[in-house]
Amino acid sequence: MADYTASELMTVHAARLLRDGDVVFVGVGLPNLACNLARRTHAPNLYMIYEAGVIGARPSRLPLSIGDPTLVSGAAAVCSMYDVFTLYLQRGNVDVGFLGGAQIDRYGNINATVIGDYQRPKVRLPGSGGSMEIAAWANRCYIITPHQKRRFPETVDFQTSAGFRYGGIERRQVGVRGGGPQAVVTNLGILEPDSSGELILTALHQGVTVAQVQENTGWPLRVAETLRQTDPPTPEELRILREELDPGRIYLG
Amino acid sequence: MDAQPGSGWAESGALSHGEEDYVKEARPKVGFQEKITPMSKLCSLSEAVARYIHDGDCIYLAGFTHLIPFAAGHEIIRQGRKDLTLARATPDLVYDQMVAAGCARKLIFSYMGNPGVGSLRAVRAAIEAGALEIEEYSHFGMITRLQAGAAGLPFLPMKLTAAVDLERSNPNYRRVSDPFTGQEVVVLPPLHPDVAVVHVQRADANGNAHLWGIIGEQKEAAFAARHVILTAEEIVDEAVIRSDPNRTLIPEFIVDAVCHVPFCAHPSYTQGYYDRDNDFYLRWDQLSESPENIRTYLAEWVLGVPDRAAYVEKLGPDLLRRLSVPERPAAPVSYGAY
Repeated sequence: MADYTASELMTVHAARLLRDGDVVFVGVGLPNLACNLARRTHAPNLYMIYEAGVIGARPSRLPLSIGDPTLVSGAAAVCSMYDVFTLYLQRGNVDVGFLGGAQIDRYGNINATVIGDYQRPKVRLPGSGGSMEIAAWANRCYIITPHQKRRFPETVDFQTSAGFRYGGIERRQVGVRGGGPQAVVTNLGILEPDSSGELILTALHQGVTVAQVQENTGWPLRVAETLRQTDPPTPEELRILREELDPGRIYLG
Repeated sequence: MDAQPGSGWAESGALSHGEEDYVKEARPKVGFQEKITPMSKLCSLSEAVARYIHDGDCIYLAGFTHLIPFAAGHEIIRQGRKDLTLARATPDLVYDQMVAAGCARKLIFSYMGNPGVGSLRAVRAAIEAGALEIEEYSHFGMITRLQAGAAGLPFLPMKLTAAVDLERSNPNYRRVSDPFTGQEVVVLPPLHPDVAVVHVQRADANGNAHLWGIIGEQKEAAFAARHVILTAEEIVDEAVIRSDPNRTLIPEFIVDAVCHVPFCAHPSYTQGYYDRDNDFYLRWDQLSESPENIRTYLAEWVLGVPDRAAYVEKLGPDLLRRLSVPERPAAPVSYGAY
């Protein structure tokens, strides 16, 4: 039986998607842990940018928010939010963005705004923050989310950030510069877009079946011709997460 | 440019409500402390709020996570302001408290979470109950509105994002053709808050302000607003400001009031002065589950204290010690003696 939690599993696999030298627009929560894990393992030259306007952060403790003072001390630069969204993101200087939300649909659209009707919300969520533009303009986007049917509907209630196709609009026709969502890392496996932009199952974590993933997905999920099996977290990855990055288990739960 | 203190937006065209009054009373008439000249802008935060923030105003308490002027929010609650439009990229706990206290009619925002923790429960409950009007942007949209306001522009363009629902939900998002390429861009109009409150590490008595660390949108909010209330951890001699002019983000002539308010930002933080009180942010998440608990909190920590100095005393020495930060000074720079 696995000796790691779902959060640890997802964080480790998100970290592994990062390449050394990537310029990453880091988000709060598990993405924050994933980036800091990657920087302590295979990607020491990961360049972390925070939407608060911190460039080249090297935090010495786990930041609770993306505006924590530990991000600033020892950073390469600090700029205004207008600068970070224009000079860095809109201009095309960001390789990777992380996205999160309550729903992600078949074509990679994300809802972080509202469940139900916008004017009469059933559940009001925090809203876009930086994600509308990150999803559009970062070269690659990754999503970390627990795999549950309500989180994976056929179509999102509200399109906070763009995947590949929504309401008759195709990403490539609009001409946004970024590549869009490239992987969705869940506690069951990994989904990636095919050439049409539909998310398909490309990898399973140890001990998980295709049927299990389908059961927890709100559309008829297609499976890649070569379905991979992921390597479980290593003791070293788990040690860094547990002992160095989140000893209080604020994000790991 | 008219260099008289507080002359503000002489060029900004259409005057909003209250602007004529503002022109008339732009120069502070009252020196708060005895040793300062009658022209000084130094006053207590309570005087500044009483003079510049009125029922129905649009206010912007600036600061992205950093330097959030909680003391100003609390003073506004104490003075019982109503029907405010509260604008902030991240409403944060300060607007959660102000909404719970009944100060707000409307919220302009781009991320209404408790950063890194969860939801803003009072704000969320008010929206779900239909009791709070909202005007919503992405962070970039919100900041673009401030930048347009600060720069005196009629609108500013942004590239398309292929995400359409927010654009459809907020009529301030419009599309125009780029006159050079014919391609569509999204545009937003300027935001001109009636009052911006900006907290800084240090300022001189005229309002020239040094701030460092995360500088989110303070400069833009200050230049976009019609009035600026500056709160500072320290009031320093003008010579300190002039020793490092690159660090001055806000110049005196856009500032109306200068208030010396140590620990103004708690539970937010002031880089180099005190740490973010992350425990409080986590605790608020649980406390705010019950409206009754929020009322109790406000009664004790906001209405139950006369000002920030009393609040700080109430926080107590143990907490202040926990939030104190060891020094990590920057290497000095030389501007040269020309």
